[in-house]
Amino acid sequence: MIRIMPPHPETWLRVTEAGLYCEPGGFFVDPTRPVDRAIITHGHSDHARPGHAHVLATPETLAIMRERMGEDRAGTTQQALGYGEALTVNGVRVWLRPAGHVLGSAQVCLEWQGSRAVVSGDYKRRHDPTCPPFEPERCDVFVTEATFALPVFRHPPAAQEIGRLLASLALFPERTHVIGCYALGKAQRLIALLRQAGWDRPIPIHGALQRLCTLYETLGVKLGPLVPATVAAKDKLAGTIVLAPPSAIADRWARRLNEPVPCLASGWMRVRQRAKQGGVELPMVISDHADWPELLATCAEVEASEVWITHGREEALIHALGQQGIRGRALHLVGRGEEDAE
Amino acid sequence: MSVPAFAELLERLLFTPGRNGKVALIRQWFATQPDPDRGIGLAALAGELNFRTAKPALLRELIATRTDPVLFAMSYDYVGDLAETIALLWPEDARSNAPPPGLAEVVRTLDGAGRGEVPAIIAAWLHALDSGARLALIKLVTGGLRVGASARLAKVALAEWAGQEVGEIEEVWHGVRPPYLPLFAWLEGRGPRPDPAGQPIFRPLMLAHPLEAKDFEALHAPDWRAEWKWDGIRVQLTAGPGGRRLWSRSGEDISGSFPEIIAAMDFHAVADGELLVVRDGEVAPFADLQQRLNRKTVTAKMLKEFPAAVRLYDLLFEGEEDLRPLPFDARRARLEAWHERARPPLSSLSPLIGFGSMEELAAIRDGARAAAIEGLMLKRGDSPYTPGRVKGPWWKWKRDPLTLDCVLMYAQRGHGKRSSFYSDFTFGVWRGEELVPVGKAYSGYTDEELVWLDKWIRDHTTARFGPVREVERHLVLEVAFDAAQRSTRHKSGYALRFPRIARIRRDKPAAEADRVEAVEALVVGSLA
Repeated sequence: MIRIMPPHPETWLRVTEAGLYCEPGGFFVDPTRPVDRAIITHGHSDHARPGHAHVLATPETLAIMRERMGEDRAGTTQQALGYGEALTVNGVRVWLRPAGHVLGSAQVCLEWQGSRAVVSGDYKRRHDPTCPPFEPERCDVFVTEATFALPVFRHPPAAQEIGRLLASLALFPERTHVIGCYALGKAQRLIALLRQAGWDRPIPIHGALQRLCTLYETLGVKLGPLVPATVAAKDKLAGTIVLAPPSAIADRWARRLNEPVPCLASGWMRVRQRAKQGGVELPMVISDHADWPELLATCAEVEASEVWITHGREEALIHALGQQGIRGRALHLVGRGEEDAE
Repeated sequence: MSVPAFAELLERLLFTPGRNGKVALIRQWFATQPDPDRGIGLAALAGELNFRTAKPALLRELIATRTDPVLFAMSYDYVGDLAETIALLWPEDARSNAPPPGLAEVVRTLDGAGRGEVPAIIAAWLHALDSGARLALIKLVTGGLRVGASARLAKVALAEWAGQEVGEIEEVWHGVRPPYLPLFAWLEGRGPRPDPAGQPIFRPLMLAHPLEAKDFEALHAPDWRAEWKWDGIRVQLTAGPGGRRLWSRSGEDISGSFPEIIAAMDFHAVADGELLVVRDGEVAPFADLQQRLNRKTVTAKMLKEFPAAVRLYDLLFEGEEDLRPLPFDARRARLEAWHERARPPLSSLSPLIGFGSMEELAAIRDGARAAAIEGLMLKRGDSPYTPGRVKGPWWKWKRDPLTLDCVLMYAQRGHGKRSSFYSDFTFGVWRGEELVPVGKAYSGYTDEELVWLDKWIRDHTTARFGPVREVERHLVLEVAFDAAQRSTRHKSGYALRFPRIARIRRDKPAAEADRVEAVEALVVGSLA
């Protein structure tokens, strides 16, 4: 019996101007421009873009894309693939595993002629009440992000950060604590974390968060009572926790709030100068991305001999992987934002 | 829990922009922390802690043996602050289960430790703390908290928490030492007022109110004495058997920055005066004095280039005799007689200005254009020396501000309540066909004007750089200020002292705004 060496993934998965392309399968993963066939890891706008002809993703990600882009721009045809289900596209086996990033987020697992690559998209390893946890999949090449790939980034437990918020509210009970967070994923996770911490009062939210919160509820994620943070309700906003997009918390919209304490929930809040730049008074280190120990642990866990890095701080990660005998390679994918630029 | 609790305090202070918010945070510290840790926290905020053996180089060595050099370099490059980089990078896999150290324990242990023991002690503490608490510990032991809270603010918070006057705190402050147990006992009604006997202590200053037109009309010339209002910094000189101190207006000990003044204070008295840079008998502009402020060490070159002197205007104590209850005229006579006898070097008396009527005095004020003079001080001849800002006995009568018509160039958002408003303005004057920045101002306008300016800026933005917006060069602002100086701070080559927005000149075309030549004409030389 003749054993054939499986082909190296770099022979069938490569970087093109439109993004990562699986040649035998004829599809892209998270392409940056409209293509014929796209597999989408999750609904954030730097991964899910409008205008593709055929889109494959989890049912939740497809629902999010329809909500954000409209039915007509979220793919001419949409094909749902649940976690753990597999299909074969031109000889390439494709299946999805949870990435733990936001609702619907998935790692795209690809196998061709015995060679396996996993494109993880954005991911985290912490518990998140709003989506299923990351599941590691063994592979030859692991494609990872490196948003927080410096050893200074170690996210504290999210519950501890929520505790700091509630302590601040106890100290300044009349002031509105307004948390800057983006509309998809972070907002719903914060609401769920607040509910876990016993905060059962109605949470006023900025209009830009409303539709996705409603969609999360429709998809079975319970968020408790939410109310619009409208100007009309100004009197009722004193002493509350309000959620809004980061751009709104220090701008004109925030004038309706009572002596607001601007809070920002992001992995970047770990570094003070970065946190101070935006006029934030209560930085909360809560991130939907893997921190440094999680990145290294995940790369080791999937037992890949090579790790490809899509975007972020690849230098430090390549250096640290090299010390573990793992070859790191920077893909320099363009069009990927930092956490807050979602 | 005290280092972690202190870490939370520092963190909140750093990110809280407003004074009242900071005071609330410090008050809560006094109310909730036990002795002696709360007093150590107070000492740290007041800059009264100093450890000789814990230096940044030591911490750098500690982290170097525990991290990969490449990853350390990348991290330091990203974070930009050594203490924070070390705190964030410190390995967590060796995290010990030891309880976090208390603040007083840190002080006690470091004071008693030999130089060789310090690295292991600090490493063990760092292993017992999380990253925020590690940063607090590093800042605590290496000095320099940099959280925007001064010694004065800490005392104000202490006074508010205890329901005392801050002046009362100042009176006893220099007679107590960390962790201030007798001070807290007194403030909580558990002990006697600490006795600062023998120690040089700061006596809260008597302050003046700005003179307004309606106040001026009520003044009767014979009741009043006039002095120049010098553009230096207010100081109190305390000297006697217990030591010598130079205090700032807020009671901060600035002796270390002015060793020549301390050396010249060979007397037993407490005097009130103005600290100035004086060359060959001429008072130099405030910018020269600024070179000497906030320095821990003073070089021989600084002493020579920016020689300091004091101009005295009041005597609070002569020997142990408290002169403060005496009327101004009597204190002035005592000051003159004492100065004639003691003749302390580097000091002179601020002269009394003779005048026959208030109109004559007004003319003298209007004629004073020297850079070192801000205007006049008016003091009632019968006024005792009363700490604080009592309205009536003393007036400061600044000369009318200078003004320039400038063009708005850039705007930046403010902080705290103003964080949604573009409230910090950079403005310029014409040099040939070009506009060159001459200053920044963030006050002077009314709330209504601010709303208008904010909208105008949003509607006329041409470019954005982070929090800064560049605007169309259309809007003329009348800027009031106290003096113009040559300076390299702005591209125009000039800087303005205390600039504020006096008026929005919507009526004036930008092309008719002032030119750099007009600024030069307002720069005045020094005055004897």
